[in-house]
Amino acid sequence: MSAAFEFDGREVAFTDGQTVGAALVAAGVRSWRTTRREGRPRGIFCGIGVCFDCLVTVDDVPNQRACLVPAAAGAIVRSQEGDGRGHLAV
Amino acid sequence: MATSPYDVAVVGAGPAGLAAAAAALAGGARVALIDAGRQPGGQYWRHRPGDLGAVADLHHDLGAFRRLVAGAAGAVRHFGQHVWTVSGSAADGFTVHAVAGDAETEVPARRLVLAPGAYDRQVPFRGWDLPGVHTAGGAQALLKGHEVLVGRRVVVGGTGPFLLPVAAGLAARGARVAGVYEANRPAGWIRHAGAVLPVAAKLTEGAGYAAALARHRVPFHTRQAIVAAHGGDAVEAVTVARLDHDWRIVAGSERVVECDAVAVGWGFTPQLELPLALGCATRVDADGSLVVEVDERQTTSVPGVHVAGEACGVGGAALAVAEGSIAGVAAAGVTSAPASLRRRRRALRRFAAAMHAVHPVRAGWQSWLADDTLVCRCEEVSAGEVRTALDELGATDVRTAKLLSRAGMGWCQGRVCGYATACLTASCTGTAPDLRGVSERPIAAPISLGTLAGDPGHIGQQ
Amino acid sequence: MPADVLVIGAGVVGAATAWYAARSGHSVTVVDRGPVAGGTTGAGEGNILVSDKPPGAELDLALLSSGLWRDLAVEVGGFEFDPKGGLVVAATPPGYEALVSLASSQSGAGVETVVVPAGELAEHEPHLTPSLAGGVLYPGDAQVQPMLAAARLLRAARARGATVRTGVEVTGFLRSGDRVVGVRTSAGDLPAGAVVNAAGTWGGDIASLAGVDVPVLPRRGFILVTEPLPRLVRHKVFAAEYVANVASDDADLQTSPVVEGTESGTILIGASRERVGYDRTLSVRVLRALAAQAVALFPVLADVKVIRTYRGFRPYCPDHLPVIGPDPRAPGLFHACGHEGAGIGLAAATGRLIAQLLGEEPPSLDLAPFRPERFGPVVAP
Repeated sequence: MSAAFEFDGREVAFTDGQTVGAALVAAGVRSWRTTRREGRPRGIFCGIGVCFDCLVTVDDVPNQRACLVPAAAGAIVRSQEGDGRGHLAV
Repeated sequence: MATSPYDVAVVGAGPAGLAAAAAALAGGARVALIDAGRQPGGQYWRHRPGDLGAVADLHHDLGAFRRLVAGAAGAVRHFGQHVWTVSGSAADGFTVHAVAGDAETEVPARRLVLAPGAYDRQVPFRGWDLPGVHTAGGAQALLKGHEVLVGRRVVVGGTGPFLLPVAAGLAARGARVAGVYEANRPAGWIRHAGAVLPVAAKLTEGAGYAAALARHRVPFHTRQAIVAAHGGDAVEAVTVARLDHDWRIVAGSERVVECDAVAVGWGFTPQLELPLALGCATRVDADGSLVVEVDERQTTSVPGVHVAGEACGVGGAALAVAEGSIAGVAAAGVTSAPASLRRRRRALRRFAAAMHAVHPVRAGWQSWLADDTLVCRCEEVSAGEVRTALDELGATDVRTAKLLSRAGMGWCQGRVCGYATACLTASCTGTAPDLRGVSERPIAAPISLGTLAGDPGHIGQQ
Repeated sequence: MPADVLVIGAGVVGAATAWYAARSGHSVTVVDRGPVAGGTTGAGEGNILVSDKPPGAELDLALLSSGLWRDLAVEVGGFEFDPKGGLVVAATPPGYEALVSLASSQSGAGVETVVVPAGELAEHEPHLTPSLAGGVLYPGDAQVQPMLAAARLLRAARARGATVRTGVEVTGFLRSGDRVVGVRTSAGDLPAGAVVNAAGTWGGDIASLAGVDVPVLPRRGFILVTEPLPRLVRHKVFAAEYVANVASDDADLQTSPVVEGTESGTILIGASRERVGYDRTLSVRVLRALAAQAVALFPVLADVKVIRTYRGFRPYCPDHLPVIGPDPRAPGLFHACGHEGAGIGLAAATGRLIAQLLGEEPPSLDLAPFRPERFGPVVAP
């Protein structure tokens, strides 16, 4: 039996020790954020925490590297736009 | 309460760091071992928690890994810790400052061994920011660390011996590898037989991968490169082309290869943030990388600071282990490492130099770029914008080019685009690429203002 | 052919001087031993402030300069000029009273000020901590991206015929009797009708090559840079203590919070002041102090990541005023340096005034408070 987290309203299964990013790629999800300037889609590039391309919001904390964050059962993972903190804009 | 420092803090638990910790412990030192990962092994022996059995077929020399982990067992582990800076001196003692989430840890130590490793060197090409385009190391990490394939039909490209295990691993786990595109003609290493032959194990390793590729019918092309990626929301195809000696595209040689994933790498970039923060002297290595200058005992120009592994010259895991062992012995203050170890290091360094000699990155890649090709993925700065900083705004060095164009000013702080920006600057000024100007990152890992402001969560003491 | 004017320094002051001199029809050569904007210009926040100066000569200079920067933003442009305004806040009632009294005196000197009681602060800065005693808004404060400002001014000067030579180090002066008639450099002799010392923190070293004493010394500062953010901070926001620190003679570390956004989305956090020579070592202690003060002012920043830090060396003189004008001890030599932390803001006026002197026009401002020889001979103890 594998555990799952929620990604943009759907269930994504993961196996023990996988990161959020690895589980998303395994589930066929290629991108989960858009860039600030041109709104381009991005997902995992370097896979080892160097490039910060795979930023994602996990449990309401934005800008986490999906390739480093361990997947956790019941976590709420959301794709993010731009800086991931648009709700704070004044 | 005053805390008593460790004799040695080792930063990095890959091949070099593990070997350093094991050697320092054997020399009687109290050792702290700090790594961003949750398991020992670094990128080379990357694996999930628990046993490596599930991915043993993707790994090399697991016997050595298990021996090193056992040897380093006496070190106090600070894993999952991202080092954001190191401070201090041999006279006053050093402090390793690390963060894990919102908690900060300070590890005091009399001497340091820095073994930060390296990551894939990249050069930009059209469409390289499309989802599905990965670094070769990224594809490998997903496979070794998570048993996840980046795609069903993968194109592998770039230059260097690392492309072989990446392609072989993907094929072994069921991906169709549509081709490996090696921009150089590495058969030339035969000319360096004098350097290569004494390191028979490395040769066997290479031959093994070649056989694996043949078994999976993976076409291996030399003097060809992936020069563009195409797709809408993700990569759907790449353009590959023949290259001339300077890596300009041979006219009419372009063809499109369909794929759903790409893995590219052009050698490696050592992670120098921490040695540079301490002021360690550097040099440019045979592969064009900026590396830390070390002596026979892996000592840097800064007393009390040793560096081992890729950060003092990219050369692979076996060399990293040899250097780590020597650094650990030196940091523990034991007389000196055995002569056999020093001989092994010399032979492996010659092998690395021979490999670098046949896998250069030639400046012709710059001619593949369109004006709107992104150089900096984070700040979305195009090649045209970098060239404007150079041609119009009067930047004559890479630091100025960076600050005027914002290339390298985003989340990754130029880790990915620094090499390319340095090369573009060098082509404009007619000088050698200045990697120093893109390698200093005084904040080596992001830290929240709240964490930085507060007292460290705990002091990393036993 | 000798240039009419040779400017030493391709920072923002040298760039502004080159622009105004070239625009007035002079032939101009700029030399710098490093790259464009490679010194203090590239290590600041790009402040154009009238808020942090009490009435006096420097405020007059700042007011002149801030008007000129507005013109430059139109005439030259391309350097992210943002007339965002400054908001100075006080933590305590006595601090607020002092601030309001300062604002009233500044107002008399021509500065636009708006007193903001505690209850109204949130309208101006919604994320500001509610625990403040009040503040004063300075609509005249502005910001530029300082490196772009220097680069764009130099480019505009080049379009008017100026020459910019980077990587050329001045090693001495050419003299004809007492008179300065050019410079010796690592790339040969460069004769010129007049020489302008716009070497910033290194201005004292250049002066000594000409045999004159101009006491400019470094005052180190660190800046923290955050991850890219949406607009969280509208103004340049700083604490009232900042004004006191700027004018302080204390060599020890001083920090006071200065927080502001940028066009690129990052927030810049200062400000620290230390007299430690040219020591470039990262100080964890200073970074912690900056972070703590910024979070105290804007609690929302606690979760925000710092991704970069940089340090620079402000060029300061003992009386905290810049050195601007001809040097009677070395005719033909003009100084335009020692602007401490206000070099970006004061650059436009400085360049304009030097260009006026070179053109033998009456300067727009009395330069007596800035004269280079004001420090007098060193008195033996």
